[in-house]
Amino acid sequence: MLGYILRRLLATIPVLLIVAVLVFLMLRLTPGDPAAVIAGDNATSEQIAMIRSRLGLDQPILTQFLIWSGNLLSGNFGESFFFKKTVAELIVGRLEPTVSLALTTIVIAVLVAVPLGVLAAYKHGTWIDRVVMGFSVLGFSVPVFVIGYALIYVFAITLNWLPIQGYQSISGGFRGFLQRLILPSLTLSVIYIALIARMTRASVLEVLGEDYIRTARAKGQVERKILFRHALKNAAVPIVTVIGIGVALLIGGVVVTESVFSIPGLGRLTVDAVLARDYPTIQAVILLFSVVYIAINLCVDLAYTLFDPRIRY
Amino acid sequence: MESAKPVLEVKNLTVALPVGGDRRHAVEGVSLTVNTGEIVCIVGESGSGKSVTAFSVMGLLPKVLKPSAGQILLEGENVLEASPQRLRDLRGTRMAMIFQEPMTALNPVLTIGDQIDEVLRIHTDLGAAERRTRVLGIMEAMRLPDPERIYASYPHQLSGGQRQRIMIAAALVLDPALLIADEPTTALDVTTQAQILKLIKELQSRRGTGVLFITHDFGVVAEIADRVVVMEGGHVVEEGPAEEVLTRPKHAYTRMLIGAVPSLKPKGRPEPTGPVALEGIGLGKTYGERRFFSRPRIVKAAAAVNLKVRRGETLGIVGESGSGKTTVARCIARLIEPTEGAILVSNADIAKLRERQLRPYRRRIQVVFQDPYRSLNPRRTVGASIVEGPMNYGLPAADATARAREIMKLVGLQPDALSRYPHQFSGGQRQRIAIARALAMEPDVLIADEAVSALDVSVQKQVLDLLDDVQKRFQLAILFITHDLRVAAQICDRIMVMEKGVVVEEGRTSEVFASPSHPYTRALLDAAPGRDFAFAA
Repeated sequence: MLGYILRRLLATIPVLLIVAVLVFLMLRLTPGDPAAVIAGDNATSEQIAMIRSRLGLDQPILTQFLIWSGNLLSGNFGESFFFKKTVAELIVGRLEPTVSLALTTIVIAVLVAVPLGVLAAYKHGTWIDRVVMGFSVLGFSVPVFVIGYALIYVFAITLNWLPIQGYQSISGGFRGFLQRLILPSLTLSVIYIALIARMTRASVLEVLGEDYIRTARAKGQVERKILFRHALKNAAVPIVTVIGIGVALLIGGVVVTESVFSIPGLGRLTVDAVLARDYPTIQAVILLFSVVYIAINLCVDLAYTLFDPRIRY
Repeated sequence: MESAKPVLEVKNLTVALPVGGDRRHAVEGVSLTVNTGEIVCIVGESGSGKSVTAFSVMGLLPKVLKPSAGQILLEGENVLEASPQRLRDLRGTRMAMIFQEPMTALNPVLTIGDQIDEVLRIHTDLGAAERRTRVLGIMEAMRLPDPERIYASYPHQLSGGQRQRIMIAAALVLDPALLIADEPTTALDVTTQAQILKLIKELQSRRGTGVLFITHDFGVVAEIADRVVVMEGGHVVEEGPAEEVLTRPKHAYTRMLIGAVPSLKPKGRPEPTGPVALEGIGLGKTYGERRFFSRPRIVKAAAAVNLKVRRGETLGIVGESGSGKTTVARCIARLIEPTEGAILVSNADIAKLRERQLRPYRRRIQVVFQDPYRSLNPRRTVGASIVEGPMNYGLPAADATARAREIMKLVGLQPDALSRYPHQFSGGQRQRIAIARALAMEPDVLIADEAVSALDVSVQKQVLDLLDDVQKRFQLAILFITHDLRVAAQICDRIMVMEKGVVVEEGRTSEVFASPSHPYTRALLDAAPGRDFAFAA
C-alpha cells in the first residue's frame, strides 16, 4: 500500500513537468503582450520595452523557462506581473473561497444524491423512481446560470432570505459565510446531484440482484439495512469514481461560477490573470489545478480499498 | 418416523406465473411434509418448480410470483398469511436457507464473522462478547480450521467448501427447526460435496432439524435423503421413502430421470486406432506476477502435461477446480499461451506460434464451453454466430449458410432456427448450437470444457449421445474436460486425472475405474455421490 502510494506520487513528477512545459509554451505563443497591458494605452514603445526587460520577457524563451522552473524548485512561484504581489500570496488569498465553494457543493451533492439514488433503485419502476430520474434529467439539461438566477430570484429577491451574491470569509463570522455560500453551492450541486444519483441508482440496482442480498433477506434482515449495509457498500466503487470526477470537474468549473456569483476565488483570479496576460499567475494556478487533479485521482483509488477488501495495491 | 411431528407442511400450494409465461402456474397443488430430524429431497429438472416451492416457504419469491392458493405451515403457523415483520422474525430463527452458489451468496465486502454475527444481532439481545463466542462456537461445529482467523477474513479469502460451511453456520446458529438447502453442493467439487453432505447429515440428526433439500442429482439423493419428492412441470409426480423411489420408481418421469443418470461403470468402447490428431508434450503454464517491492509470486497452473489424442478417440481430463484441467484445454486451443512445452497439430508445433501464423491451425481445434447461456452472443442470431467462423476462413456467405443449415439438422435442430436469437432456445438446445458452431469449422479436434455440466440429466444424456454421434461421423478427436466421473465413465476412451496442475494418473477408462492406482483418484471415486447405488447403466 505505502509502496503503491509512493509509486503514484513519483509518477506525478513527469506529469507536472509536461504540464509546466506546455503551459509555459502556450502562454508565450498566444498573441498579447503583458508589458503592453501593464503600460496602458498611451505608453510609448520605449516604456513598453523597459517594462519587458524588467519582467525578463526580453530574454530567450529557454532562458525564461529555466529561470522560472529553477525558482519553482526552490518554492518560489515568482511575482505577479500585474497585481504587485507574489504569486504565492495571491493564491493563498484566493484559496479559501474556492475550497469552501467546492467542498460545500460536493457535500451537498453527495448527501442528497446518494440517498435519492438508493431510494430510486429500491423503488425501481415505481413513480418514486420516475420522479428521481426525471429530476436528474432536468438537472443535467438546465444550464447552471438559469438555475442560479432562478434560485437568486426565489430565495434572495422574493423571499429575501439570503444575500444575492458576494462572499464573506469564514473569519468574518460563520453565519454570514454560510449564508453567502448556500445559493452558489446549491446551484452548482444540481448537476452533480443528477450525475451521482443516476450512478448510485444504476449501481445499487445491479447489486440488489446479487445472491448475497437474498441471503441477507433469508437471515431476516430489515430492508433499510439491506440497502445501506449490504447493497451500498458493494455499489460504492462506481459511485466514488463519479464523485471523484465530479470534484475534478467542479474545480475546472469554478472559473465560470465564481464570475456569476462574484466570488473572489481562484476562478476569478484565473480570469483576471488571463485578461492581464499575467504569465506567472496563470502558470502557477494551472500547475496547482494539475496537482489537485492528481491528488483527487489518488484519493479515489485509495478510497476503493476502503469499500472493497478485494482491491489491494 | 410416525411419531415425529411435522416441521413443515405444504398443502396444495399454487403459485401463479405472470401472464404470458409458458404455463399458468409455476407450481400447482404441491403438497409435502418435512418432519423433525428428517431430510426430504425435492428432485426435478430446471423448471420443475422445486426452487419456487422452497422460496415460497421462506417468503423470498421474486415479486412477480405470488402464491395464489394453499397453505404453508411452519410448525403449524401459516407463513403465507404472516406479516412481513413476522416473516423476518421467523427467518433465521425458525427457518433458514442455504443456497447453491457459496461464491456469491456471501457479501464480498463484509467479514465472515460479521455475516454470521448479523443473524444474532437481528434476532437476539446478546452482548458483543457473547455473540462472538456463539459465532466462534458454531464455526467450530462446522469444522472450520482456525475460526479466529476466518472470523476476520473476507469471503474471497476462503475456498468454496469453506464458504458453504459459513453459510450453514449462519443458517444454523439460532437452531432453526427447518433448514432449506437449495442445491447447496452443486457448485462444489466432489470431494468437498461429500464432506458438506456428511456435515449436513450429522448436524441435522444431532439437532433434530428438518431439512428440505433441493437437488437435481440422484447421486446426492441416494446419499442423503430419507424421503423423496419428485417434481415435474410444477407438479409433484411421485413421493415416498428414498429407498423405494430410487429402486422401484412408479412414475415414468422418475424412471426416466433415474435412467438418465450416467453409470459409474465405464462403457466398453473399442480401442481407437486412428492417426494421432493432437499431441501435447511437456505442456506447462506458469502465472507470474512481477512486483516492484516484493518477491514475484509464481503459480504453476499446469506442469509437464503429456497427452495424445487419436482421431475418433475421446480423452477425458478429470479433476477438481484448480487442478489445471481447464488451463491445459485453453493452452491447447491457444486461448492462452503455454509457458513451456509443445502442441503438435498436423505435424506442426503451435505452442509458440504468433497469432498470424497460428490462424490456419485455429480452425482445426474448436471448443465447446460450459455455459451455453453465456457462450453465444445474445445480440446476434444463431446463424450469424455459426457462419462467422467459416467465413473468416474465406467460405462465401451462401456456402457457409448452406453448411450451417446442414449442421443444424445434424445436431437435431430445425435449419430455420438459424434466424433466431440464443434466448429463444433452452439450455440443451443452446449447447447443440455451440456444438454446431464448432462443427461448422470442420475441426480435427473438439475440446469440450465441462460442456454438459450445466445441463439437466435428461438433456445431458442427449448431448452426450450427440457428441458420440458426431465423433463417429467426423472421426473427431475429443478432449473432454469434466469434474464428473459419471460422465467421464460414459464417454471417454482414456482418462487423465489431474491434481494441482499435474497429471497423477492416466489410462484406459475401464482400467482407471476398476483399479485406480493413485490415492487422489481413489478419493475422487469414493466421493462420487451415490456410488454404492446401482443406477441403470
